[in-house]
Amino acid sequence: MADYLNLFTTVQASGPVHHGEALGPGNSPRTGQPGISWLLGKLGNAQIGPIYLGGLGLASLVCGLIAFNIIGMNMLASVNYDPIQFVRQLFWLALEPPPPEYGLSLPPLNQGGWFLICGMFLSASVLLWWVRIYRRAIQLGMGTHVAWAFAAALWLFFVLGFFRPILMGSWGEAVPYGIFPHLDWTAALSIRYGNLFYNPFHALSIVFLYGSVLLFAMHGATILAVTRFGGEREIEQIVDRGTASERAGLFWRWTMGFNASMESIHRWAWWFAVLCPITGGIGILLTGTVVDNWYLWAIKHGVAPAYPNVFPPVIDPALSLGVKP
Amino acid sequence: MKSLSFLRRLAVYAAGLSAVLLLTACERPFQDSVQHGYRGTGMVQVYNPRLLAVKTEANQAPVALPAVSGEGPKAGEAYKNVKVLGDLSVAQFNRLMVSMTAWVSPNDGGCVYCHNPANFADDEKYTKVVARRMLQMTQAINSEWKPHVAETGVTCYTCHRGQPVPSEIWFKANHQPYGSNFMGDKAGQNEPARVVNLSSLPNDPFTPFLLGDLNIRVNGPTALPSGNRQSTKQAEWTYGLMSHMSESLGVNCTYCHNSRSFQSWENSPPQRATAWHGIRMARGLNTGYMEPLTDTFPQHRKGELGDVAKINCGTCHQGAYKPLNGASMLKDYPELAAPSSKAAQVAGN
Repeated sequence: MADYLNLFTTVQASGPVHHGEALGPGNSPRTGQPGISWLLGKLGNAQIGPIYLGGLGLASLVCGLIAFNIIGMNMLASVNYDPIQFVRQLFWLALEPPPPEYGLSLPPLNQGGWFLICGMFLSASVLLWWVRIYRRAIQLGMGTHVAWAFAAALWLFFVLGFFRPILMGSWGEAVPYGIFPHLDWTAALSIRYGNLFYNPFHALSIVFLYGSVLLFAMHGATILAVTRFGGEREIEQIVDRGTASERAGLFWRWTMGFNASMESIHRWAWWFAVLCPITGGIGILLTGTVVDNWYLWAIKHGVAPAYPNVFPPVIDPALSLGVKP
Repeated sequence: MKSLSFLRRLAVYAAGLSAVLLLTACERPFQDSVQHGYRGTGMVQVYNPRLLAVKTEANQAPVALPAVSGEGPKAGEAYKNVKVLGDLSVAQFNRLMVSMTAWVSPNDGGCVYCHNPANFADDEKYTKVVARRMLQMTQAINSEWKPHVAETGVTCYTCHRGQPVPSEIWFKANHQPYGSNFMGDKAGQNEPARVVNLSSLPNDPFTPFLLGDLNIRVNGPTALPSGNRQSTKQAEWTYGLMSHMSESLGVNCTYCHNSRSFQSWENSPPQRATAWHGIRMARGLNTGYMEPLTDTFPQHRKGELGDVAKINCGTCHQGAYKPLNGASMLKDYPELAAPSSKAAQVAGN
């Protein structure tokens, strides 16, 4: 008898490929002849395709590709169109936002103009993709949970690149498009605004981030552990609770006194996941607009504790007289 | 079941290989962690004992020549064209000259690296003119910048280490966009620059901060906004300078800064005040001594933009938080501690 104790799916159902439900009026035809992949079946469903592209999907892909190419061409130009250096330095390269002195005005192309154009296309791309996800869910008669989860991510994305720069009056506050550059930007943002560690929404966001990871591990482990009793058929277990569900619940009641239900665990996971970017976005939106220095804010409100001084008192030399400026 | 175990083994090998590849850029364990502040606040210095051993070895001070008598005729009387060290006795003067040769040009012709062998008093070689100015600079550092160099002081060797040009110097970056002016501007950053420890931070933080005196402090003084318009981008430039300092001194941020607030002086280690003076010192030496020598240096000693070699933290520190591991060479060469009154007059003229 097969079991589910492995890294990979060991049982692959095979049968006639499925084209999916018939779609109503106003929908495009699906693209591609579905096929079976044994290797991909190890990781997920063995059937590949067909894909529903549609007008929204096509428009989103076109906008996304334009943004991707603007970033890539700027990176390539910055290494003098040398393909070898492009690969070697790829993680360091970036498309930078305009210098702060341009404020919210339109800068020259090479001083952040490309950045704004790229941002426009990327925004259009993700928004179109959001509508596509929403409409596909409706067409399938599903709930729109996936679309709203994606919207939570888009909230953080637009806070970083759109809402906050506008409130700060400078496109220069936006995040550069680049691997290391966006990480350095993150550290610089924290340094500039007095240590984001003391931003309570940042803290909440981390709680939900780590919480999501913990919940995902607990849930995944629980279901894998009871698949030998049919526990991977979670939806059936919600309606008709079988021994898998009973044992899974009993395990957590024994170990921590409380258990989520077969259904509610997915609400837990969904809310933890969406609250991570929602709270994070609030924290970023407040940074610089409402709070300028999170450390001083935390001192002011008694959040940051005082520690004993272990060094002799240090006075800012800039305040003492007689030093060289 | 056979294919299953094969897949499993493949997964293990793949995971092992990627772990090895990912770790190639890391230093191997174990590192020493030294507490440098109140417990539980992350105030620690992390040292790699293997790299530290190499740095310690590379920063050994050379043995000083035996001291000589200050009696007898003065160098200024015995030799012509002695403008800075005229107050020394001939023996002291020659001892310093021999030491300088060993410190600066041991493998580059010795005395004749600076001197015209036919006439040692001649100022024909640019190296002699520069060396004279550098002697004055050394005396100025040791007398005017005690908040940074304390009584340890510096000598020529602190920077030169047996080379005519110190290994750690900087030139203005040529920040023209590569390629066309149409796209690809790097905004002075985004390349793996050693100056900023291979981060993508702005890689010439020296021109604005160690030559110009642009604002390094980006934090606001109040919890809520009160007019501080420093941007995140400006913070990246400050961050670049600080990365250079950290790298040059072989220390973490918390060597000078309080882990909770980089800005707050209250709980900062006292080293931060020393470093503050160091920034001013590097700036003062670059504008007061190096830049005025621009026309003296030949073209091949200058940077891409025709600027003179300049000083940053690494020029003296070279990876050690105290240059030469804190050894004071100055005590063996007291003539470098301050300009002599007579020489100061000559220099003043």
